[in-house]
Amino acid sequence: MSDTLLTIDGLTKAYPGVVANSDVSFDIMPGEIHALLGENGAGKSTLVKMIYGLVKPDSGQMHLHGNPFAPPEPRAARSAGVAMVFQHFSLFDALSVAENVALGMENPPGLRQLARKIREISTQYGLPLDPARRVADLSAGERQRVEIVRCLLQDPKLLIMDEPTSVLTPQEVEILFRTLRQLSAEGTAILYISHKLEEIRSICKRATILRGGKIVGSCRPRDKSARELAEMMVGAELKLTDRAERRLGDVVLSVTGLDLAPLSQFGPSLKDVSLNLHKGEVLGIGGVAGNGQEELLATLSGERPSASGTVTFNGRDISTLAPNARRRLGVLTAPEERLGHAAVPAMSLTDNTLLTGCVRQPLAPHGFVDTRATKAFAEKIIGAFDVRTPGPQVAAQALSGGNLQKFVIGREVLQQPDVLVVNQPTWGVDAAAAAAIRQSLLDVAARGGAVIVISQDLDELMEISDHFAALNEGRLSVPHKTDGLSIEDIGLMLGGAHGMTPADAPHGTHAAHDGGPA
Amino acid sequence: MITLIKRPAPSARWAWATPLLAVLATMIAGGLLFAALGTDPFEAIRAIFWDPILGPNASYFRGQLLVKAAPLILIASGLAVGFRAGIWNIGAEGQYIVGALSGAWLALHLYPAETVWLFPAMVVMGALGGLVWGLIPALLKVAFGVNEILVSLMLVYVAENLLAYMAFGPLKNPDGFGMPGSRNLQQYPSAHNPELLAGTGAHWGVVAALIAVIFTYILMHRHIAGFRIRVAGEAPRAARFAGVEPKRLVIFCLGLSGAFAGMAGLFEVAGPSGQVTDSFNAGYGFTAIIVAFLGRLHPVGVLLAGLLMALTYIGGDVAQLMLQLPPAAIQVFQGMLLFFLLGFDVLTNYRIRFGRRA
Repeated sequence: MSDTLLTIDGLTKAYPGVVANSDVSFDIMPGEIHALLGENGAGKSTLVKMIYGLVKPDSGQMHLHGNPFAPPEPRAARSAGVAMVFQHFSLFDALSVAENVALGMENPPGLRQLARKIREISTQYGLPLDPARRVADLSAGERQRVEIVRCLLQDPKLLIMDEPTSVLTPQEVEILFRTLRQLSAEGTAILYISHKLEEIRSICKRATILRGGKIVGSCRPRDKSARELAEMMVGAELKLTDRAERRLGDVVLSVTGLDLAPLSQFGPSLKDVSLNLHKGEVLGIGGVAGNGQEELLATLSGERPSASGTVTFNGRDISTLAPNARRRLGVLTAPEERLGHAAVPAMSLTDNTLLTGCVRQPLAPHGFVDTRATKAFAEKIIGAFDVRTPGPQVAAQALSGGNLQKFVIGREVLQQPDVLVVNQPTWGVDAAAAAAIRQSLLDVAARGGAVIVISQDLDELMEISDHFAALNEGRLSVPHKTDGLSIEDIGLMLGGAHGMTPADAPHGTHAAHDGGPA
Repeated sequence: MITLIKRPAPSARWAWATPLLAVLATMIAGGLLFAALGTDPFEAIRAIFWDPILGPNASYFRGQLLVKAAPLILIASGLAVGFRAGIWNIGAEGQYIVGALSGAWLALHLYPAETVWLFPAMVVMGALGGLVWGLIPALLKVAFGVNEILVSLMLVYVAENLLAYMAFGPLKNPDGFGMPGSRNLQQYPSAHNPELLAGTGAHWGVVAALIAVIFTYILMHRHIAGFRIRVAGEAPRAARFAGVEPKRLVIFCLGLSGAFAGMAGLFEVAGPSGQVTDSFNAGYGFTAIIVAFLGRLHPVGVLLAGLLMALTYIGGDVAQLMLQLPPAAIQVFQGMLLFFLLGFDVLTNYRIRFGRRA
């Protein structure tokens, strides 16, 4: 057994009311890229936190290079050669790259020497990074590189990465994967946590699958399809959404020549975005987050009104209307960020129902809040969308991400929208709940409403949308009929081939019967 | 080792228990302070909390309780609305002064008017004066993004100088033999804010304070506008999503708290104080900040906290008088109250665990 890098044997960790990990055993070989798969709440985070010394197991042992390994704190784990890149970065915006790296080290060398080392490592592993730049000016991918370089300076034997690609552009993902493969070839093992099954299939040698805190299987991801992997995670056959044949009606919402300055200093702007949304249609908008998705939602919701004439609803110009005026007309939205945007964290679900529900529902007649009606509507959402919570008096922040997402989507769907715009509706939601959310969006369309789904999850968009468009650096491609779109077509659209007209589409066959709003 | 563990949701029980704990801790720490000064701590605490209501000379002090509590409650009700929205009006003292000056100016300008409409008109002027003084930081924030904390605070000093100028200049009593200060409004029947029930200290300001409490309660806890104000304080992005216009909110909150403070100043200058003098302001505008927080920014809490704060004021006077405690000791005592309140506040969001295991 001496050739294994890390042996995990019977790790158990219980929190009050929940067993996060129960008798978890597996091992990691040197130089192996090992995937850790599981739904939200399956116990992945607890497990890696135990390996990194952030959480102490109740029972069980770990061995590193055959020696007992029980780090009491992250510092001990780091000095034993275990490093971790977190999903959320811990960097100071106002400091330079080198200063940030120095802050995370035990005995940092002088800044000049450190800068030299950072340059060395970044060229060696193909991670372009300038040590003198301020972190505030860096993209998400560059920030992640700072974290990775910080880890690599400690020459780790095991690198833990938690959802590393969720914030990256495809190009940045490519760079990251090249680095990871190089590290792996040099003998550094990588424990890779991700929801993106295709990614895991392409880069990981082995996968360990967790469900309900227990290991339910391990496999070679390359031998399985993404669907099989998902079913192993969920432990049940995935329920396919029921996509009845829909007939598209008249145009209900149209966007013409929409330009918008960035929301934040480093954010993207929207450039000449145009689309037509029909009654009964689901329009999927794909693309990597940070390419204008948030901005598009903000213009459609009314948080960022746009120039007159750019957004019309049933022929009426609504470009400059405020959010509540649009709600009154029937244009509802659900932003990506649940806590603090779509919902108020510290307020109860009843109060959060009031947040957007008071316009179309009789929850506050003449401005005075009808607590009973609001509570009843909150309970209706909880019941209809299977939100797991003790009751509507519970604060939004006490719900798990997936449950809160069901609540947020349910709140908008149950208000009978004519147009519903959702951003990342199933982000961080487990497979069963995600299927339920998708079904509810399809139901809105089946009822005659129209839905725009902005998502990074291409499989999701292919599953539910009638038309597909890609948003890239603030530009929206021409929407195409989803049926018949090949993965190559989508790749081209995502890559920024904005003018993909029927003439230059790779497959003329489907372009010919593309009756979409092209 | 002591570990703080974040609660999944703020504890409602602790939110109400911390003010009581803070009062208790203030009594203990204050008692120790008084003991160190050579005064019997039990006697001092009794002088502050007991004597003004139930002591031998309580009949005099009881009236004072409402006189002191009314401006505190009126100002704090307005401040609490803004604080809930994350809009920090620190300059209620200045709005209080300008309100008093505006109302008094109207009365003195029309002297010796005899009409029942004068006093209501003065109340409106007082509210407008405070409103205008409150809108200065509001408009600067909306137009240029200037920090409202600094501007509202600085405007207190401007108001104080304006007050001194008025007391020695335009509003000086022409029949006052050159003494500084205006005519005494208590001797000006149409402008006087009299005691409504003899011995209670209740003047129109007390009525206004009660109305303010009821008004802010309905606004904040029954009306959708108050709900949106609370959302704006909790999660600004969610507030925008829910259709809150941040600029309008700033203007509303600073305007409302300014108007309330201005009215409080008017009731004071036309009633208990009677005169515009350069030392007219007694710090109610600053103490009201403590009252707002002590009352958990809740209208009913503000009512109770205002009464408690007034009690420590009067009790402080009693203690100074009877036990020769220095005024600074009383101020320290009041400061401790806010200190302990903020300290114990941690328990609302965190629970404490003793022992080593993390």
